Amino acid sequence: MAKPLDPSLRTDLLRFSTAGSVDDGKSTLIGRLLLDCRAVYEDHLAAMAADSRRLNREATDLALLTDGLKAEREQGITIDVAYRHFATPRRRFIIADTPGHEQYTRNMATGASTSSLAVILVDARQGLLTQSRRHAFISVLLGIRHLVLAVNKMDLVDWSREVFERLRSEFIAFAGRLGVPTPACIPMSALLGDNVVTLSPHMSWYEGVPLVAHLENVPVGSNDEESLLRLPVQTVLRPGKDYRGLAGQLAGGRLEPGQTVLVQPAGLHATVRSIRLGDKVLSQAAPPSSVAVEIEEDLDIGRGALLSDPARPARVTDRVRAVLLWMSAAPMVRKTWLAKAATRTVRCTVDAVECRIDPDTLTTGEAGTPDLNWIGRVAIRFHEPVACDSYARNRTTGSFVLIDPLANDTVAAGMILDDDGHIEGLLQARPSPQPERLLTPEESLVSADERSLLLRQRPVTLWLTGLSGSGKSTIAKALERRLVDSGHACYVLDGDNVRRGLNRDLGFSPAERSENIRRVAEVAALMNDAGLIVVTAFISPYTQDRAQAARSIGAERFVEVFVDAPLPLCEARDPKGLYRKAREGRLAEFTGISAPYESPTSPALRLDTSADSVVGCVERIVDWLLSGGFLAARSVDRT
Amino acid sequence: MRSHPRHSHLDLLEAESIHIIREVVAEMDHPVMLYSVGKDSSVMVHLARKAFSPGRIPFPLLHVDTGMKFPEMYEFRDRFCREIGADLRVFRNEPAIESGVNPWDDGTIRCCAQLKTRALLEALAQGGFDAAMGGARREEERSRAKERVYSFRDIHGQWDPRNQRPELWSLYNGRHNPGESIRVFPISNWTEFDVWLYVHRERIPVVPMYFARKRRMVVSHGRLIPVELGTRLSEGQEAVDIVCRFRTLGCHPCTGAVPSSARTVPQILRELASVRYSERITRLIDHDQDGSMEQKKREGYF
Repeated sequence: MAKPLDPSLRTDLLRFSTAGSVDDGKSTLIGRLLLDCRAVYEDHLAAMAADSRRLNREATDLALLTDGLKAEREQGITIDVAYRHFATPRRRFIIADTPGHEQYTRNMATGASTSSLAVILVDARQGLLTQSRRHAFISVLLGIRHLVLAVNKMDLVDWSREVFERLRSEFIAFAGRLGVPTPACIPMSALLGDNVVTLSPHMSWYEGVPLVAHLENVPVGSNDEESLLRLPVQTVLRPGKDYRGLAGQLAGGRLEPGQTVLVQPAGLHATVRSIRLGDKVLSQAAPPSSVAVEIEEDLDIGRGALLSDPARPARVTDRVRAVLLWMSAAPMVRKTWLAKAATRTVRCTVDAVECRIDPDTLTTGEAGTPDLNWIGRVAIRFHEPVACDSYARNRTTGSFVLIDPLANDTVAAGMILDDDGHIEGLLQARPSPQPERLLTPEESLVSADERSLLLRQRPVTLWLTGLSGSGKSTIAKALERRLVDSGHACYVLDGDNVRRGLNRDLGFSPAERSENIRRVAEVAALMNDAGLIVVTAFISPYTQDRAQAARSIGAERFVEVFVDAPLPLCEARDPKGLYRKAREGRLAEFTGISAPYESPTSPALRLDTSADSVVGCVERIVDWLLSGGFLAARSVDRT
Repeated sequence: MRSHPRHSHLDLLEAESIHIIREVVAEMDHPVMLYSVGKDSSVMVHLARKAFSPGRIPFPLLHVDTGMKFPEMYEFRDRFCREIGADLRVFRNEPAIESGVNPWDDGTIRCCAQLKTRALLEALAQGGFDAAMGGARREEERSRAKERVYSFRDIHGQWDPRNQRPELWSLYNGRHNPGESIRVFPISNWTEFDVWLYVHRERIPVVPMYFARKRRMVVSHGRLIPVELGTRLSEGQEAVDIVCRFRTLGCHPCTGAVPSSARTVPQILRELASVRYSERITRLIDHDQDGSMEQKKREGYF
């Protein structure tokens, strides 16, 4: 039995990218990181010193440590991506070290594609340069959500707080346009080691942590809980007739024995029998594990298939719009290419080159012909349907490369856009909870009483909850009609409508349902503030979520209305055909069938739609509003 | 890709390596895995076994043998491959070996070119292999830090570092014309420390030469070279008994040992935590000239 090792050896992994030129001190910074984290061996240092002498450099040049190719050492430039490795007791790091000049945009993208953080290096004397902005933009475009501005050479500006603060505000404004609201900004001197590993004695005004401490503490394991199941099949293992394993690396979600998965693009349902990793049988698997999955059914599944969440599957389509980065020295003169997307390689045609994106100004312009380092939007037609996601949703199923079918070179990298083709979709970060103390609410000059007088009503949110098919939407719409007809400002928030717009990024997992309800409650609260009467029609199955909504809206404005009808009746009504789909197993996590509904224990109103008519239900609500003093009595004449 | 908090960095490295090995098998016609008997090969073969379990490794292992390896290495190789049921192929440049090529008379550059690079290229051509996986790691040497996971080689097996294919995400491009080939490095992102940590965690067998014991050595150019296999002593050199171990394994005339008392894997891990020299310092061949590894790689070396 192997002895247990020191628990500190159990570390996680952060991949980050750096870009910049020798002039910015990038190589010095990396050299400093490696040296101070003891990742440089003395023989490598000796080789560096010998090279420094041979090449007549003034002092020992840390760049000679990192520039791996002879041509790079001789010309004093960085040509290609290099990967470097170091560790602290907290974390293992892989640096994708990329050249920063404009002509190496493709190398920046290559480094960024596997990174979750980017260090943007600037010289304190020079400020933000075109290449710094370009690096930030490429990083965010490639899916990086953690930016660090390293303001280097602070020793050459007398450790000036003013210089740093100016660069900091400029960068925060730029990052904000990229959808990254809170980049970290660190003043440092890589040469002297200030704020790299240890806190600088020269900048007591700086309240943050040194770079390495920041790198050690950036979260790398979040968000995954809510991602959707995606497993691209690489190959099928058939060691004998008794076992058939679909081999692949999980790119999203969770996998468990017994789970139903959708096989795309075929559209078949399958049940997971077992999950293996080597000779271990697993009870659960999570990204990015490479596993082998055995399924119960005898289905024809091979390389290129995608196992997906049946409730939120990937898009199966032959047409996508994508942001393309051209990487070949030869311009895009032909139209037909090979596209490699996850584990599938298909022929494709670039149908349209729509516009070019200027990474320096973040504006779009005339498309032109894609050539080296061109970035823009294109429309692509795959010659066979492909199961894919938007890149914003999944980096693995949302990306592809184009390969020249004759020369075999990789010529371009693509990131698939949402259906609407908005480039901004790639840049917008997922909402991260803001520390509340940073926000100071603005006081309005108009009081709630003034609005009430103006509209002759007291704002309220009627929160209709109940099973699908119980009658929530029907009642909500009839009530809205009734109130507006009698001169009241009223608006209905309906589940399907909100999911089409505001909440189109959300699925139906418990966490996504909660977020759906949270956002609706916030919108209702704003509408109430504006003086409106709001009627919501959401299943909102969880007691806890409704309680949270009540807190957001305020107890005095939140009215829980239980639209009650027995499940068999709802299922018989089935206005959208959803119950049928759920019973057939084509819809996972459907409330009442495969997901729970927690009935309200003490609703303000309970409407029995198996007994009462729609008009009857509406009048009960109107009566309740009148008796509660929300409406002026003479305003709602009985019809 | 974001990781799950339960996954350690070794889990992530393992998952990436298995993915790479499976891609090679799925997309290439005649893959082979280079097996050099050392710890990195042991780890790579272990990953291949995990990738295809419960089945067997679906490609042969190729040992390019210079005839100058240590007896412990040959013993270990044959036992290990038999136990895991691997299809081991051994290739030697027999004409060169018979003509007596050796590093003392011919120099290490010519000796390596004949017995390793030339032999490797011939073995790949003879076997018709279009993809050769090797256990090189980016951490080992500065030119290796620049190499892709999939490294395209022309019809002569040469590497063009100025003109490498872009490699984004985990999308590897293995397309090539007949005669060209791809070298693949599944454990590119592992460090020496990761390798030993994984050897420990997975209880992977390695050649006993990695563990310290008393050996008869000569000090040559600041390196410890074993004399038991007939290494020629120059004038004034004297063999002494030293407790030492090997950090890397190669040919006996060119592989040095390091003074060490580490007799177990955890002891090796503790030793590595404080070691000040890279593992390749024990290899005479890497220091022949500036960029010697880059030069050898351009010519077809791994």
